[in-house]
Amino acid sequence: MRRNCRLAALSATLFLFLAGCAEDAPQDFLKPQGPVARQIDKLMDPVFIVAGVVFLLVQGLILVAVIKFRSKPESPEPEQIHGNTRLEVGWTLAPALILLAVAVPTIATIFDLAQKPENAVNVTVIGHQFWWEYRYDDLGVVTANELRMPVGRPVELTLNSDDVIHSYWIPALAGKMDVVPGRSNRMHLIADAPGDYLGQCSEFCGESHANMRAKAIAMAPRDFDAWVAGQRAGAVTAAPGTPAEEGSTLFAQKGCGGCHTVAGVSEGVLGPDLTHFATRTTFAGSIFANNDANLRTWLRDPQAAKPGNKMIIPGAPLTPDEITKLIAYLNSLR
Amino acid sequence: MAIVTPERPDALAPEQPLNVPARFLRRPTGYTPGLWGWMTTVDHKKIGIMYSVTAFVFFLIGGLEALLLRIQLGGPDQTFLRADTYNQLFTMHGTTMIFLVIMPLSAGLANYLLPLMIGARDVAFPRINAFGFWVFLLGGLFMYSSFFLGGAPNGGWFGYVPLTRNMPGHNIDYWVFGLQILGIASLSGAVNLIVTVINMRAPGMSLMRMPIFVWMSLVAQFLLLFAIPVITVALFLLSFDRLFSTNFFNVAAGSDPLLWQHLFWMFGHPEVYILILPAMGIVSEVLPVFSRKPLFGYQVMVFSGIAIGFMGWGVWAHHMFATGLGPVAVSAFSASTMFIAVPTGVKIFNWISTLWKGKLTFPTPMLFAIGFVAMFTIGGLSGVTHGVVPGDTQQTDTYYIVAHFHYVLFGGSMFGLFAGAYYWYPKFAGRMLDERLGKIHFWLMFIGFNMTFGPFHILGLQGMPRRVYTYPEDMGWDMWNMVSTIGSFIIALSILTFIINIIKNRKPQEVGDDPWDARTLEWSIPSPPPEYNFKEVPLVTSRDELWHRKYTEDEDGRSVRREVTLGQEKMAGTEVEPSPAEGHEAPDHMEGDHTDGEGHPDGESHDEEQEPHIHMPSPSYWPLVSALFLPVISYGMIYKTWAVAILGGVGIFGSLYAWALEPATAPEDTPVHGPDTSGDDLEAVPV
Repeated sequence: MRRNCRLAALSATLFLFLAGCAEDAPQDFLKPQGPVARQIDKLMDPVFIVAGVVFLLVQGLILVAVIKFRSKPESPEPEQIHGNTRLEVGWTLAPALILLAVAVPTIATIFDLAQKPENAVNVTVIGHQFWWEYRYDDLGVVTANELRMPVGRPVELTLNSDDVIHSYWIPALAGKMDVVPGRSNRMHLIADAPGDYLGQCSEFCGESHANMRAKAIAMAPRDFDAWVAGQRAGAVTAAPGTPAEEGSTLFAQKGCGGCHTVAGVSEGVLGPDLTHFATRTTFAGSIFANNDANLRTWLRDPQAAKPGNKMIIPGAPLTPDEITKLIAYLNSLR
Repeated sequence: MAIVTPERPDALAPEQPLNVPARFLRRPTGYTPGLWGWMTTVDHKKIGIMYSVTAFVFFLIGGLEALLLRIQLGGPDQTFLRADTYNQLFTMHGTTMIFLVIMPLSAGLANYLLPLMIGARDVAFPRINAFGFWVFLLGGLFMYSSFFLGGAPNGGWFGYVPLTRNMPGHNIDYWVFGLQILGIASLSGAVNLIVTVINMRAPGMSLMRMPIFVWMSLVAQFLLLFAIPVITVALFLLSFDRLFSTNFFNVAAGSDPLLWQHLFWMFGHPEVYILILPAMGIVSEVLPVFSRKPLFGYQVMVFSGIAIGFMGWGVWAHHMFATGLGPVAVSAFSASTMFIAVPTGVKIFNWISTLWKGKLTFPTPMLFAIGFVAMFTIGGLSGVTHGVVPGDTQQTDTYYIVAHFHYVLFGGSMFGLFAGAYYWYPKFAGRMLDERLGKIHFWLMFIGFNMTFGPFHILGLQGMPRRVYTYPEDMGWDMWNMVSTIGSFIIALSILTFIINIIKNRKPQEVGDDPWDARTLEWSIPSPPPEYNFKEVPLVTSRDELWHRKYTEDEDGRSVRREVTLGQEKMAGTEVEPSPAEGHEAPDHMEGDHTDGEGHPDGESHDEEQEPHIHMPSPSYWPLVSALFLPVISYGMIYKTWAVAILGGVGIFGSLYAWALEPATAPEDTPVHGPDTSGDDLEAVPV
């Protein structure tokens, strides 16, 4: 009976441990999905192995020592050894040499990753409290929350901040880089395959730092070009007599245009450009999927949803009916 | 300069000199009992106890903050704490544990032990010592008052600009001024301990015969001396920006926010060595005692500690690898960061070699010391992985980093400090802590600690960033966060065990001078020590002086107990000539060194029954009074009530002036111990 209990406990522990390892973690950086992240991962693999070996060696020596040299009644007083110069030299030189061996590829990788790639799509990323803005200046596209990118081609990011220090991070594709106001940093991403790559701001930036998520969406090159074309188009005008059109009127009346740009309609710089809002899969710093229910929650009380965020609706509070119309308008902005 | 005072028939109630204004303003004497006695004490042992008890209370508070954080993060999308509350709690948790727990615990131990270990009767500047404690206490209270006055600091313990420059409210101001106050405490302690160690070692105690804890504390004090001014500058710049709209960190005016980071981390990195070196010193004391052999490689341990102290100044930008410094800078710091692992690793191997071929016993202090070696290794290894910059661009600002520093600061520093607590408790308190409860504490803490912080490695590798008040449920982080939260409560349980142990063992016991059969001088005096520490100033002839007095070595180098412990034979009725210098031609004495320059306490009698006449510095209330004005200045500054700030400034200058005019030993004070039998206990007051 006791044996079964012990076995059960052991298997449960093992299962838990393995379950933890196997769980799907979209921001796991041990599963790189692009050459930049893979280069980092390849560098770290031997480092982790060396660390693991040293760990086993040291803990093993401790265990052996405490077992082998524990005091027994018959054991004599130990020899009062003061040191051993040869050992000291040995265990100074050996780690130094191992570290040297690690330092060389490390520095090589640092310089390699610092090179600007050829044939890149250029995007300026601007960090705001608490959302990411993306400007494809060569292509004339402005968007927010999602970085759309073509598969297999480098995306060269110029990283700026509008307010405080944030950090841009898509773990499956690359390491992170801070956006520092007053400075421009750079990094590049490449995705192997189409798909969604999640990330988030990784430098404490205020109350809703935890709510400043990021998402890169890699697409087949043709799809990317089609997306660009769609984004370059002007804003869709809502058909007269529709709820969307009523929503567009509210958009002006309630002061939304003061912060949000809709091409040809309003010029606001404090909040994300909404010209093609309906083409985005997320909003509000990518914490919400772009659907009606979430939009309603958001428009009812943005502060409750994302404390400390900068969206104060001038015309608040909005009635449920007004919200319905605004949602219709937002959904029309394809 | 001899001082003549009126006759004093009653040694217990010193007669009031003519010109002391009022009774309550009278300077307390060495006999002051009760609360006022503690508030005016300049005895390094009492001050050490106050530092340690206060720091332990802050440890409980910081731990409570951690539990609240862990409850909030125990599952996804929880609403136990609001975002801003969480941000205040994580800021205060870090600030508390670093500045109000580990630093003062290390200071408290150093305060108590350094004089004992070097054979001195007190520190060089006893009143500055007291001042340092009161400033620490008041600084901590000041910072915590923010919870009730608009909200606690919420910009992280690192306070990056421009976020903290522009943060509305006074939260950040409390952080800035609180740290400035605490910096004053640290600096006064540093100066005091450095001067003490350099100047007040017993005859024969060369630097290389000092206990290793003294060495590691000394290096830490030098680090404090040079690092605190750096953060002082940074904090001044930030406070001026916030209070007076200067532009040090104003991006619109052309400032670079990275300036703050460089200044902060130039302090911050030496700071972490300040946090670990004393604990390393403790481990280096405990392991030899319970292995019954000396510390392996004492010289190497000293020099690696010094090397870490120096090299620690050259790695600061490894906290900034993702800020865009450029490949050259980043490569340089990557290399320096990797290489600081060399002297650190050397220590690990020397500790293991201390155990090797020893005769090991495992009372609680030994468990914690060995635990330190094991846990610090893990933290050190993850630290090396951070040094590989491209890897660090993934690891930085994730829970993988949080894992690293908790392994070195909790598994390292705190385990080391607990080892010291259990090891020296008999000396401080004159009682042993219960071994069974101690072992329960250790194992619960070991398990709880690894359960709490082990999963952080995984969470970090799975992409969970730091300083987030919540996380969504489809990130794969739920399970390990829950495991961690459970672990944190096991840690809490272990600390409860420690508290119960202390409370249960309140009754005085007869522990004797040397319950552990230890190696260093603090175990050659009673437990707890008398106020004057050493009846006779010890003469030191070797490292591990006490062990040398108790043991000699046979031809195999094994210890053999001497028949008579060296230094004891003097007590067996041998007459010693009275010290010739009744005249007090003392060469440069420091406060607290009340000998006649020849190693004999003044007017000493060698009669076993008679306590020696050893003059100790008199208590004083000026350290406490001066310290009180520091928060006054700070409150005045924060609320821009200049009258209050100026009042505080005048107050502290006035207090320091009065303090400076006050002699170290009050002329009307009586000897601390024993009645006056020599007919002349009038003492030259050392300058």
